[in-house]
Amino acid sequence: AEMAAARLSGTENRLVSLPLSRIRVIMKSSPEVSSINQDALFLTAKATELFVQYLATYSYKHGRGKEKNALTYTDLSHTAEECETFQFLADILPKKILASKYLKMLEKEKRDGEVREDDDEGEEEEDEDKA
Amino acid sequence: MAERPEDLNLPNAVITRIIKEALPDGVNISKEARSAISRAASVFVLYATSCANNFAMKGKRKTLNAGDVLSAMEEMEFQRFLAPLKESLEVYRREQKGKKEARKDKDKKADSEEQDKSREEDNDDDDERMEEEEQNDEEEVDN
Repeated sequence: AEMAAARLSGTENRLVSLPLSRIRVIMKSSPEVSSINQDALFLTAKATELFVQYLATYSYKHGRGKEKNALTYTDLSHTAEECETFQFLADILPKKILASKYLKMLEKEKRDGEVREDDDEGEEEEDEDKA
Repeated sequence: MAERPEDLNLPNAVITRIIKEALPDGVNISKEARSAISRAASVFVLYATSCANNFAMKGKRKTLNAGDVLSAMEEMEFQRFLAPLKESLEVYRREQKGKKEARKDKDKKADSEEQDKSREEDNDDDDERMEEEEQNDEEEVDN
């Protein structure tokens, strides 16, 4: 039985490395959730680990970055955009765009007669939160 | 979402470790990438919870159970997780059961102190972990 546990776990022979207490906090932040049974909590934690592994390896394999020996943010945001399974991440992993390019885009749109209402966001890509 | 994902984050060290172990040796992970994966993981938890909760509600239950989480994985198109999750769950349940029994034994022994001077470990089943110790980074326990 112990062998099985060691084989299954991804990290240091533990069955799960993500702390269940923290996973629980995140789960409980959903207003419609009343209670969570212990097995469900464990499974969610374990699934999250599998998800991290999957997202990392998929992005690394399919990354179009020039570096073969690195996993970059761009690899991840490509994955979110192009792979259907990961599309739910598209909003939090937006494509990056240089502020200067964005400003040029705005100018062009103004010239074309369209005025964008949300033109005060976007100078810092990281803050983009359209959700 | 009611809360921003940054407020519900997972420990960086653990996330980093999981990523490193998944990728080939020598691959670097930018800080930005690591932080993005961490955020993605939190979002995953929220999405999975919401999905699992729908299954619970369909079953007219207020408590999320293992089946709900597994159904959610399928719904979210992470079927590839189902087999490893089921295996892990088996091990987890056995562990939990073992811990419970070890605790019961402890209580019994506490009552009859005279019997167990030093060799109580030998009396435990070999299959079970040493009492309630959290599994550390030690080697596997031998049978």
